[in-house]
Amino acid sequence: MSLFLRLLFRNRLAGFGAVVLGAIVVLALLTPVLPLHPPNATNTANRFLRPLSEGHMLGTDHLGRDLLSRLLWGTRLSLAVGFAAALIAGLAGAAIGVIAGYFGGRTDNVTMRGVDMLMAFPYILLALAIVAVLGPGLLNALIAVAVVNIPFFARNIRGVTVGIAHREFIDAAKLAGMGHTRILLTEVVPNIVPVVVIAMSTTIGWMILETAGLSFLGLGSQPPQADLGSMLGEARSALITAPHTSIVPGVMILLIVMSVNLLGDGIRDALDPRLRSGALARPMATTRVERASTPAPRADGLLRIDDLETQFQIGKRVYRAVNKVSLDLRPGECLGLIGESGSGKSVTALSVMGLVASPPGVITGGAVRLEGRDLIGAPYELLRSLRGRKVAYIFQDPLSTLHPLYRIGDQLIEAIRVHEPVSHAEAHKRAVRLLEDVRIPNAAARAKAYPHELSGGMRQRVGIAMALANDPDIIIADEPTTALDVTVQAQILALLSDLRRERGLAILFITHDFGVVGQLCDRVAVMYGGRIVESGPTADVLAAPAHPYTKRLIACVPELGAGRRVLAAIPGLPPAVDDLPPGCAFAPRCHKAQDACRKGEIDLQGAERQVRCLFPEMAQ
Amino acid sequence: MTLALKTTDLTKTFDIGKRLIGPPRAQVRAVHPVSLDVKTGETLGIVGESGCGKSTLARMLVGLTPPTSGTIEIEGKALDRADPAAFGRLIQYVFQDPVSSLNPRKTIRQIMEVPLRLLHGLRGRALDARIAELFDAVNLRPEFLTRYPHEFSGGQAQRIGIARALAASPRILILDEPVSALDVSVQAQVLNLLAELKTEFNLTYLFISHDLAVVEAVSDRIAVLYFGSVVETGPAEKVFAAPRHPYTKLLADSAPVVGRPLGGAQSGELPDPLNPPPGCAFAGRCPRASDLCRRDVPELRAVEGDQFAACHHPLES
Repeated sequence: MSLFLRLLFRNRLAGFGAVVLGAIVVLALLTPVLPLHPPNATNTANRFLRPLSEGHMLGTDHLGRDLLSRLLWGTRLSLAVGFAAALIAGLAGAAIGVIAGYFGGRTDNVTMRGVDMLMAFPYILLALAIVAVLGPGLLNALIAVAVVNIPFFARNIRGVTVGIAHREFIDAAKLAGMGHTRILLTEVVPNIVPVVVIAMSTTIGWMILETAGLSFLGLGSQPPQADLGSMLGEARSALITAPHTSIVPGVMILLIVMSVNLLGDGIRDALDPRLRSGALARPMATTRVERASTPAPRADGLLRIDDLETQFQIGKRVYRAVNKVSLDLRPGECLGLIGESGSGKSVTALSVMGLVASPPGVITGGAVRLEGRDLIGAPYELLRSLRGRKVAYIFQDPLSTLHPLYRIGDQLIEAIRVHEPVSHAEAHKRAVRLLEDVRIPNAAARAKAYPHELSGGMRQRVGIAMALANDPDIIIADEPTTALDVTVQAQILALLSDLRRERGLAILFITHDFGVVGQLCDRVAVMYGGRIVESGPTADVLAAPAHPYTKRLIACVPELGAGRRVLAAIPGLPPAVDDLPPGCAFAPRCHKAQDACRKGEIDLQGAERQVRCLFPEMAQ
Repeated sequence: MTLALKTTDLTKTFDIGKRLIGPPRAQVRAVHPVSLDVKTGETLGIVGESGCGKSTLARMLVGLTPPTSGTIEIEGKALDRADPAAFGRLIQYVFQDPVSSLNPRKTIRQIMEVPLRLLHGLRGRALDARIAELFDAVNLRPEFLTRYPHEFSGGQAQRIGIARALAASPRILILDEPVSALDVSVQAQVLNLLAELKTEFNLTYLFISHDLAVVEAVSDRIAVLYFGSVVETGPAEKVFAAPRHPYTKLLADSAPVVGRPLGGAQSGELPDPLNPPPGCAFAGRCPRASDLCRRDVPELRAVEGDQFAACHHPLES
């Protein structure tokens, strides 16, 4: 709750709205106890007194009634009607939406078509028709405004409910013996309350306006009762001679609706989890760099990463996702980077080309040298010319990296023409050739397909073709086969292996699977808690792991062909990178940990075969 | 040995493009006639790739999806959800995505209380004692009870999911990819926990996964699913070591194993479910396929001892 208020008031306009609306609500609540003239006492001798007259601060209207008193009583009524209408519309609409969305099928079809019919009428016409049937009166105007707004809530809530009704916790509730009513009330409704609140807060101003509109037409509150709409309606005839009688209620309506809307927008932003996490903040074109010094180049290589540090700074917390990572990739080599989720392997890969989203990502140290040239802090134009041409990426989920609305051939053509000024026809020819290179059967025809028309394996082949489009020297493959089935994974791995040999590609292959690393990579580096804990030639590391983490992680993985057995597990959980222990990050889970492991930096030792451990495993 | 679970010619057909009135535009057969049985106290592993119908099959077994035809018998009686409480005490389900299977707006205590109250009528102190016992069984600390699901890592959330399923004191547990969302170091913890719980509570498991090595490590028997049909069943130690169906062999050869060259890179994909081929669904990818395979659907039959394969030309051992 305090978080909610903090988020709300961080938005200045919403805070302003809250203050104004709060003041108006307090005034309206206090109206009966304030020393005011009776709102309906006429005094025709004093009609149309100007504001600031003796005894009448805001003047009087055409019957000599005190405007201040009528304004406050009218505001009280208009607010009450507006809130009541929003509440009724919200509850009825939510009920319809929840039932339609949860039960689906025919129930959904029938109710939602009914709602659609209600929506087919212009709202004011519908409200007029309802009032015409029920007769004029404030209560009937309230009903009309509520009914007119039900479809908006019903449709909104139905959409949200459909999403929730297919979640697994609903299935779990069914299996726990809950009936439909109970599931609706205890499982579904709590999840849609924020949506209802957001929808209400953004429509309540609208409903106050609609009620005022009906009263203005004489269909809402009846004389002598005052509400803001009827005050405006009565003042209409004296608009020129006594403008203050119109301006006073007009300004109040403006204030109420404006403050409600500002506050409503603030509430929506504060309650929406996506906005809270800053997802709508536009990331910069390259990762922000705050680097004190540049480490001296250690050796030549195609791609050298030296002491790279990448952090995520969220509020006061600092997540050290990548902590002094050094890697080097030689021409034509495949380097495996292996680790569990949260170990920093993907962030390392994204940092190379400045692709980590900023905010919150910041590169705080180290260097990434491509053929000797430092890329950290390089101008955007340079990075852009290198992205795809020198270093290309393949990502895990090709469905989300390919644009769903363009044919795959056109996407390939675009990728080619970004870096090379070739004609469309020439680019098309090369696109088809690329698709053939990644062994997509019937490539010319498939170039016309949209991503959703291809299977997962075929889409990943297209992803690889995209990466190859500009003949890069390096491919960074971030878990390219994790989302694929095992038979398809084998095909893609074989393809990558062949392409690498044919084209002399260097591959940085990120994975969590030792089997994949063992089959594809020349060398492997193991990451844990943002650091490299071990690296070396793949066969050596897999056969005789030196770091206890590597050794036990390999033992965890069940291997095919060993039959039924108990698996060796590592107790505990991987560390959170915003709260790393001093010393070795693996020490809390390590059976060999000594006191020395828990303090001070531990260096990566060795040359070709490196390990970050004080008590490395001995080779048998 | 009594049977815990038995399906006879179970099928499921989904309608595609439903209309308000009249027949749907198309139909997809997610599960072809499947007949399986699981003995009491056994772990049957079901393995298959995405789209092979394994989750649909599992959901039918717990009554979350009504079958199109065929029968399900649980402990000798036809599946009957008339009394949800009695049914819930018989069979439970552990979901693939541990976080999405917990209601984000409820505390862990509220989540754990539901099956205990509704299925066993526990209240007050007995309820608290039972929750403590269950949390102890899955190695979770009691202070977690007041927290909300988003505060947990995948492995912890999956333990909570398992504890909730156990709260019903079921005799059969359907585990639908229970470890595929977890990291390997945590995966082994959860698999070992499941093995301990099985002995402790005398459970029968149906363990579904796409990971062959995981299935092999936990199962007594394995059934391989392809395109909605069971293509091979047999003892765990034999199915991948000496596969009889060419598809099982392809699966086994495709699994990445340290020290084995890249293999199984055979091209080909699943057939189009909207337009299934006649005969064996694997014929299009099979090196041994003959005209017979493209014409007649092979029946599941014994190849040797307790190893069954649905193949006209099974592999020799």
